[in-house]
Amino acid sequence: MTPTPTTTPTPTALGVRGLTVRYGEVTAVSDVDIEMAAGEVVALLGPSGCGKSTLLRAVAGLERPTAGTVAWNGVDLAGVPVHRRRFGLVFQDGQLFGHLDVAGNIGFGLRMAGVPADRRRERVAELLDMVDLAGLERRRVGELSGGQAQRVALARALAPRPRLLLLDEPLSSLDSELRERLAVDLAGWLTASGTAALLVTHDRTEADTVASRVLRMRDGALAPDPV
Amino acid sequence: MGQPVALARPGLSRLSSRLPLALAALLPLGFLAVFFVWPVAAIIRLGLGRGSIWPVLSTSDTWGLVGFTVGQAAASTVLAVLAGLPVAYLLARCRLPGLWLVRVVVLVPFVLPTVVVGLAFRALFGDTGVLAIVLANAFFNVAVVARTVAGLWTHLDRRAEQAAATLGASPVRVFLTVVLPGLRPALASAAAVVFLFCATSFGVVLILGGARHRTLETEIYLRTVELLDLPGAAALSLLQLVAVLAALTVGAVARRRRESALRLRGLRQQPRRPAGLGLVAACAGLGVVAALLVPVVVLVLRSLSTSGGWGLDGFRALAGRGLPGTLAVSGVDAVLNSLRAATDATLIALLLGGVAAVVLVSLGRSAVRPALVETVDAAFMLPLGVSAVTVGFGYLVTLDALPGDLRTSALLVPLAQALVVTPLVVRILLPVLRSIDPRQRQAAAVLGASPVRVWWEVDARLAGRSVLTATAFGYVVALGEFGATSFLARPETITLPVAIGRLISRPGALNTQMAYAACVVLVVLTVAAVALIEAVRAPGGAPVGEF
Repeated sequence: MTPTPTTTPTPTALGVRGLTVRYGEVTAVSDVDIEMAAGEVVALLGPSGCGKSTLLRAVAGLERPTAGTVAWNGVDLAGVPVHRRRFGLVFQDGQLFGHLDVAGNIGFGLRMAGVPADRRRERVAELLDMVDLAGLERRRVGELSGGQAQRVALARALAPRPRLLLLDEPLSSLDSELRERLAVDLAGWLTASGTAALLVTHDRTEADTVASRVLRMRDGALAPDPV
Repeated sequence: MGQPVALARPGLSRLSSRLPLALAALLPLGFLAVFFVWPVAAIIRLGLGRGSIWPVLSTSDTWGLVGFTVGQAAASTVLAVLAGLPVAYLLARCRLPGLWLVRVVVLVPFVLPTVVVGLAFRALFGDTGVLAIVLANAFFNVAVVARTVAGLWTHLDRRAEQAAATLGASPVRVFLTVVLPGLRPALASAAAVVFLFCATSFGVVLILGGARHRTLETEIYLRTVELLDLPGAAALSLLQLVAVLAALTVGAVARRRRESALRLRGLRQQPRRPAGLGLVAACAGLGVVAALLVPVVVLVLRSLSTSGGWGLDGFRALAGRGLPGTLAVSGVDAVLNSLRAATDATLIALLLGGVAAVVLVSLGRSAVRPALVETVDAAFMLPLGVSAVTVGFGYLVTLDALPGDLRTSALLVPLAQALVVTPLVVRILLPVLRSIDPRQRQAAAVLGASPVRVWWEVDARLAGRSVLTATAFGYVVALGEFGATSFLARPETITLPVAIGRLISRPGALNTQMAYAACVVLVVLTVAAVALIEAVRAPGGAPVGEF
């Protein structure tokens, strides 16, 4: 018998039940259940192609589940479109908007939420400060280094204070030294802001550094054994 | 109990998310239906209704026409591809000073009005001849080949060629075994489009072919206008429509391969200073570019040469109406008419083409079958291939039935021109919109942008330059439109190309002089627009659209 992991008995924030995503004959995600408490940081660890990114995208609302539900605080999100879920998402390669500068990127979500310009400026400065890029507001995103770009991508996702941050291999495109350092930073930022996060990664160290709980995924399903 | 509700919800949201798309699609499709399908269908019914199709199809005369149409189009296409290939190399792979000038020179012929090109080649070759027709058609379309192929060539990974070279392939073998197969999708797509343009080319053949060399297109015009043989013209239109559909299908298949090929490519390859075989190709490209300048130069020289040496008589004549009985308005008024009609046509085409491109991209992204997207895509292209003469003629037959008197309305000419320009707008915007990484849109959506906001914040910003390009392109094409306009323009609303057509069909040195001067005016307007298109191109940035 394996001992049950010691999780605090807080109410479930994210509830994924029986989630299945199928593309024609291929089953990318098969009957996955995940429960996450408010403020909890969970890592999904697995080899590439195991369906963990698809699972993440289904939670974000970018993939339509074939079966199962994604709920937030007990409310089913099936009818809630992507832009109303208030879930942040960081892509592996950042996907910064090339036609906007750094401030434009970080302030994008705030602008969508109708935050007035002066409040936006403050928040952008605050986040740039947090990710150690203070003063780079007017920098073009094409002129950023890989590490800087990924910091901006993280700041952009955090700016509108998402209910849940979804991280799709956010550090994989960086070299190993930078990756380790940014993983530590990321863990700190998540704790400081109290943001719940679901991190998808194939790197064991990264998962342990950032998350308080690690789930393993293989062939579209969660592996039963706790890590 | 909760289960059925939970299942119904995604279905409902899918429907509600597609409804705006379907409504948006109605605008361009409705325009297409009223101003294209209906007139063309009316003409076809005219042809079929009187049982004239079989008599027309069974005469050897008709098949002689078909043979000449296909033959001259095939020859022109081969020539355009052979001439365009070295130019494509020049544009894609070479780092040379003044390359922007090459781009302008190559693009100008494509947007020059057909009458202008016809007249230029008539000045070069004397009156009529097959060679002049083939050269003129090829002259037009070198740009299509050069630009389409260059677009793909810049993204062909040079390392494949280097790998072949290290395996012992000579430069020629490398070109034949690695480069050419890689370029095949672009070559096929360009060749299909060029063939279509050449097969339906009107102004050039009308001016250079005279009564001896006729294609389906000019024959339709002659039968309608001169012989008043409407059923015969309709039968020929039908025949041409079938041929065009076949060519479009080939083009659509090739295009799909190319766009999927483009998605697989990595970064654009940096151009280099040419050497070896590349230098030979670059020189050949420059030779083609120089040759493209000849007709334009001849045109300018002719406009300036009068019976008494060099002079500006032709340009001065533009203030008047030519020799008595030639034009109902002055050349200057014709210029103003042209500018007005082209402005209206461009605005209409931008609206329709923009909506069409957005609909096509959205369709492509949703789980709709690719075959449906291809079909809608091809439907928007159809007006490019169908005889403009048929369309103009069809307007006269059908538009009485619409509320308001459209047949005498000032909007009639712009509407017909918009029909020709809209497909170009779609072709320019579509590849750019399709090349936008879908994850850019997803990133915006996750950050709280609604679907409409995503279009505005991502697509509209990234495609902004292309919209400007489409505007300039559309404007010059509308300015030079001849086939449909020559049918629809009334004497007092005559546009400059139609005025040129009238001027050269009447005798008299002053008329000819004035026609050449009017051509030069059109050339100047065209060059200005093309220079704008090139200026808008981001330096070293992605090529805008397919042209």
